[in-house]
Parts: sequence; C-alpha cells; structure tokens
Amino acid sequence: MMETSELTKKRISDYLREGKRFDNRKLLEFRDLKIELGISKNAEGSARVKLGKTDVMVGVKMDVMEPYKDSQNEGVLSSIAELLPMSSDRFESGPPGFESIEVGRLIDRSIRESGFVDFKKLCIKEGEKVWSVMIDFYSINDNGNLVDAAVIGAVAALIDAKMPKYNEEKGKVEFGEWTNKKLPLSKSIPITMTFYKINGKIILDPIKEEEDASEAKLTLCIIEENGKKYITAAQKGNEAGLSIEDTGKIFEIAEKEYDILVEKFQKAMKEAEKE
Amino acid sequence: MSYTKRFDGRKNDETRKIKIELDIIPNADGSALFAFGDTIAMAAVYGPKQLHPQHMQNPKKGLLRVKYDMMSFSVTERKRPGPNRRGTEISKVTEWALSEVVELDAFPNTVVDVHIMIPQANASTRVAGINAACLALARAGVPMKEMCSAVSIGKLDKTLVVDVIKEEEDYEEGEGATDIALAFSSRSKKILLLQLDGQISADELKEAIQLGSKTCDKINEQLKDAIKALGKEE
Repeated sequence: MMETSELTKKRISDYLREGKRFDNRKLLEFRDLKIELGISKNAEGSARVKLGKTDVMVGVKMDVMEPYKDSQNEGVLSSIAELLPMSSDRFESGPPGFESIEVGRLIDRSIRESGFVDFKKLCIKEGEKVWSVMIDFYSINDNGNLVDAAVIGAVAALIDAKMPKYNEEKGKVEFGEWTNKKLPLSKSIPITMTFYKINGKIILDPIKEEEDASEAKLTLCIIEENGKKYITAAQKGNEAGLSIEDTGKIFEIAEKEYDILVEKFQKAMKEAEKE
Repeated sequence: MSYTKRFDGRKNDETRKIKIELDIIPNADGSALFAFGDTIAMAAVYGPKQLHPQHMQNPKKGLLRVKYDMMSFSVTERKRPGPNRRGTEISKVTEWALSEVVELDAFPNTVVDVHIMIPQANASTRVAGINAACLALARAGVPMKEMCSAVSIGKLDKTLVVDVIKEEEDYEEGEGATDIALAFSSRSKKILLLQLDGQISADELKEAIQLGSKTCDKINEQLKDAIKALGKEE
C-alpha cells in the first residue's frame, strides 16, 4: 500500500464536507466486525479480528513470576505489538518503530486502566508469586484503525483464555496444560475508539487513505459501570491540535458510540462462539 | 518396542490434513496459508519492487529476501516476540530453497520480499512455511522456473514417517528421533532444503530422501490444484 497521494487526500476531504465517505459509510460507522476465537491451540486465549480488510491476531500467554515492588499482591500485564511487514509494505523488518510501540502501549493502557482484568485475583502468594498476563498483537493486513481492532482482539482473547495448570510444588506453570478456569474479568467490556479529524469532520474506523488524510486523532477507552460511562485511557495523536470544543464533542460521541460498539462486539462474539 | 503405530493413527507415509487458502492478505502482491494439521503457516509476497539502498541493486538479477518468524503464542511456552537465531537461520535456508526455483534473472535491480509467519505450531513449521511461500510467490505472479514443495521426514527408532508432529519429535525410545526437513523442486527434483537433527545411517537417509521426494510430489499436486481451482473462479 503506497503512501496516499495528495489528490486522494483532497477527494476524501471534499467528500467528507458533504458528509460522505468512499465506501458509503456514515462518519461514525464501523466496518463489518468479524471475530474468530482460538486461532492458536497453544495460546491460553487467542482471537483474530477483521474490521473490513483490516486483519489482526492477538494471543494471551500466561506465566508465574515475582510481583513488582509497588504492587506486591497484583498480577502483571504486558503487551507487545508487532506491525508485521507481511501486513503492509509500509512496515519494515527490524527493531520496533514508534507506531508498533504506540499500539502496544494503547492495548496495555486500555486493558489495564479499564479494570477489565481483576489483577488482585491473579496473586498467588503476596510478595512472592503472581500471574503475568502477556498480550501479544500481530497485524496481518493493515487497512487502517489497527489500534481499535487490537483492543477488540485483546478483549476477545482474554475472554477466550483458560488458566494454565500451575504446579505449586515446583512453583512453575505446566506449559501446554490447562485448567477449566477462566480469567477474572469484569462484565463491562472496554471499547477503544480512535477519532480522526479530517478537514473539520470527525470520523471513526478510518481506512488507510483516511488515516493518511487526517490531521489529528484522539484515542479513548470507554467502560460502563452501574449505567455510567467513564473514560479510562486517552491519547491525542499526530501534530495538529484539537480545539477544546471538538474534544468535548468527541467525549459525548464516544459515550453514545460505546453502546453501538458493545452490541457489535457481543454479536461478533456470539457468532465466533458458535463456530 | 519399535514405533509401529503413530501417535495420531496416521499411516507412515501419510501427511496430516493439508489445508490451503489463497490471497489471505489483500495488501500483499501474493499471499497464502498452508497447514499440515495444527501447524499453520501464512506467507505474503511483496514485489518485485525497487531495491534500496541502490548499491545493493544487481543489474544481472533480482534479490529474494525471506523472513520467517513464529507468533509468541504459537507454541506452549511463549516465544519472545521478534526475530531470534533460530528464525534467522530458517529464513536463510528458506531463501536458498526458493531462490533456486524463482527466475531471479527476470527482475534485475529489484527485490521480492517473502514474509512467513506461524500463528499455530505443532512441529514441521519451516516446511509448511516453504509451501505457503511457494503458493504466495505463484499468486504474486513472480516468474518461476518450476514449483517447489517441502515436508519433514522423521526416523523414530527404526521407522521412517512423513510429516512429523511434536510428540514424534520428542520420541525417545530405541534409536530415538531423527528429524529431517526436505524441500524439492517439482520438475528437476533437486533437493532445495536438507536439514537434519538426530542420528541416521547413510542408507537410511537415502531412503528418507526418496520418501520425502515422493511425498513432495503429492504435496506439489495439491499446491497446483489449489492455484488452478482459483484460476477457474477468476
């Protein structure tokens, strides 16, 4: 996928002025969401997520380790993203660039701050042994909006996950053996949405060309607790600034879109569990 | 006790169920998935395209670059994300194997990148990767002299078997396990890949190569059929 031409960017921006997009979607409308669970038998949990032509894989592996000094009674989370050269000729082999670090960080913060995983319940012995949950992300085909797809994949893989067998005597995990126990997860699904600003318009779930045409982006992770919505992670990206009014408007849109996306997620999960 | 009955009940010369999917990655010029049972390989081809930096360009022939890696969760004990020494070696031997069948002279000054990724592994990943790569190259329309295909042969105690699984790799009875990765060109029947770990006599290895060649012929038919079937759809 080559860098988007100035002409295409201008057309995207002209279209948007009339409230239209190349693929006929509404400004805030997501593409079709398809989830596949259990894509690796050797993972504790795994999922493949397709948002239109964007295709990603996420896996959860677990191990037992010493807790961090500042959280002696809590499990540990780590998240690494690899933007594979397989998924786009814009990505190169070699050490991770900023983009893959950012995707990893945004998965990490979306999962950690949303309270989706009860890390206190992942303590085996305070100060000595806790579970570590490692979420690894791979892009398979990048056609925009990798971050939102990544967090959907992480949540799906966590729901899919079974706890591995832990040998208490040896203090070690029996790799390749699992219990029937699921991870301690909250019922509220965290949803991460990245809003893109193009020529004064705000859109969701951009294709690659729309990402290229955008001036600024704002990623928000939303959860719902007791009927009230909260923003649990946020990051403004790219060089252009956002006005206070625009930002406030985005917060309000995000709360509304949350309900639509949770429904979309649940529907895709039901389909995935059938297979 | 000699190894007479395979762990998964297959005949000695029988591969696991082969699954092929083509054009799985829309961004790539060619792509494919190839699976031997639970071992899944995905491959994407980008190119031929301009090679940078310029001093690496060769006016006589094109360059083929292969990168193989496994996803961290493809194995029971998590693999650290990113390339390691094992992956670097597999990338290179795969590159050597494919370079023999790709018409490198047809695209001077340019490069073809082949990316192989393993989302789920149960042994024999490098040979599954070569099959996926060969399909992806064909779908990308990269000029090829002929096709190639690959398979693993195991010697468990004294018994030769085709398409080794993890349990067989770890077989310890009698003479134990010898694991042989093989790839052949489809028409000229040349050996494109030969790697071996274990202990085996020269005569037995000759026999293993014969078995590998025969099996690769069969696999090659399936690769060709898959490409033809798609051709009919288009």
